[in-house]
Amino acid sequence: MLEEVTVSKKISHAAALRRNEKPAGAASLRRCVGILLCVLCFSACKREQRQFTTPPATFKSYDVTMSDIRPGVGGLPMPVQNPADQRAFDANQGKFLYSQYNCSGCHFNGGGGIGPPLMDEKWIYGDRPENIYSTIVEGRPNGMPSFRHKIPDSQVQQLVAYVRSMSGQLRKDVAPTRNDSMNARRSEQRTERKTPQQTTEPPQ
Amino acid sequence: MIETTRTIPRFILTLVLALCVSSCGGIQNAINPAGPNAENISRLWWLMFIVCSIVFVLVMIAVLLSLRQRTTEAADRVPLLQPSEESERRRRNVVISLTTITVIVLFVFLIASYSSGRSLRLNDPTKNGLTIELTGHQWWWEVRYMDVDASNIFTTANEIHIPVGVPVMFSLRGADVIHSFWVPNLAGKKDLIPGKISTIWIQADKPGVYRGQCAEYCGLQHAKMALWVVAEPQEQFNAWRQNQTQEAVAAASDTQKRGQQVFFSSTCVMCHAINGTPAGSNIGPNLTHIGSRHMLGAATLVNTRDHLAQWIKDSQTFKPGNRMPQNNLSDADLQALVEYLQSLQ
Repeated sequence: MLEEVTVSKKISHAAALRRNEKPAGAASLRRCVGILLCVLCFSACKREQRQFTTPPATFKSYDVTMSDIRPGVGGLPMPVQNPADQRAFDANQGKFLYSQYNCSGCHFNGGGGIGPPLMDEKWIYGDRPENIYSTIVEGRPNGMPSFRHKIPDSQVQQLVAYVRSMSGQLRKDVAPTRNDSMNARRSEQRTERKTPQQTTEPPQ
Repeated sequence: MIETTRTIPRFILTLVLALCVSSCGGIQNAINPAGPNAENISRLWWLMFIVCSIVFVLVMIAVLLSLRQRTTEAADRVPLLQPSEESERRRRNVVISLTTITVIVLFVFLIASYSSGRSLRLNDPTKNGLTIELTGHQWWWEVRYMDVDASNIFTTANEIHIPVGVPVMFSLRGADVIHSFWVPNLAGKKDLIPGKISTIWIQADKPGVYRGQCAEYCGLQHAKMALWVVAEPQEQFNAWRQNQTQEAVAAASDTQKRGQQVFFSSTCVMCHAINGTPAGSNIGPNLTHIGSRHMLGAATLVNTRDHLAQWIKDSQTFKPGNRMPQNNLSDADLQALVEYLQSLQ
């Protein structure tokens, strides 16, 4: 009886082979690969996302005023996520704006000069996005001007993402890969990540 | 049924004829030349078009004839294994003469194209009546009129005025990526390459307005990177130029003064310049005489109060991806700003 069953199974398998059918294992493998490819298609959506209309700001410094006396480490109490940190387009836009708005006039290509360097591990006012955001919008003592109402929120966020990429704080696939003109230094993508350190060193 | 079968070919024929005529006029048209350069190019175009059309028709006739011959040959089914010497010689002569004609036609094309290419060059520097520096930005044109007298140099954008009958030298630069300057009615294309200065000269013999367009894909808004060339008589051009070299008019009314204040205290001042005021940035178009320009946003919109207000508030709806951010100004501020900008004649 048992023998009969195996024999009939063998026969049906042979018949299937003759009919040029693939065994069940191959079908499930193909399905698996198909699903995987579909998932892969969506995986880079965030990196390539472009928003030309101003997105609702995740943090607004207009609410944060200089009137309250605060120590140097400022910003909002809660750490906030900068959406531009996830998007390659925004980080690159930030790089473009960095030279267009003449940030390089004081900070140079990150090495510092009139202003403090941005590519090292030392942070005077904190390395979180909200700290850098406050620095740009409110300004800081000893020379950093306030760009409140001068640079729109979405562009400040792009600048924040770029400033963080200068010391390798962004993901490798998001950080700008190459310069449009001659290289003043390694591209942000090839900059090794520096561990941020709080410094009490007074700004130059 | 018969009615429709007749109407459709007639309709198509009318459409084709209409299409043929449609490209005969126009302000952005290479075969409607308005200057010596474009004249040369369109002459070359017509030569090639006519010769190639004749060749095309002849080839099609030959194809049809050979197809008919093939069917008659297939009918009697006698393969020609040993062709007579007479027919062999005839065939050889046909091949040789056709090859010779082809080579001659190609050489005529070569010489014609070389000579029109040479005529586009500006060999004689004394022919140059005016030098304009044209810089391509993503996605607008910076136009700088050069002069030996530094006080006569001025910068404008997206609208080029030239005097009629005077050869104008353009020195072309690219600020970010490669663009291409093309005003079909006046001249051929020339690329604007970052880090390289190339030149082209243009002369308009008929006064008029001609449209130019970036002819090298340069990013998101390549399609909306156009410009106008206004060719006008010398006196009119001199008057325009005289006005352009002036600094911006001072804000007169209270609204205009408020508008100027808005300009200085908001995002505008970060990128735009207004000569005669502290605003001196050169990232965006120079706005010293914005009120006198015909178009906004590199010939995207007609320059009216409404369009200007909408453009300032949200230029991204008209030209998504352009470098100008949205501005959430209050209605009163926006009105004042528009009032001020429109006053900059």
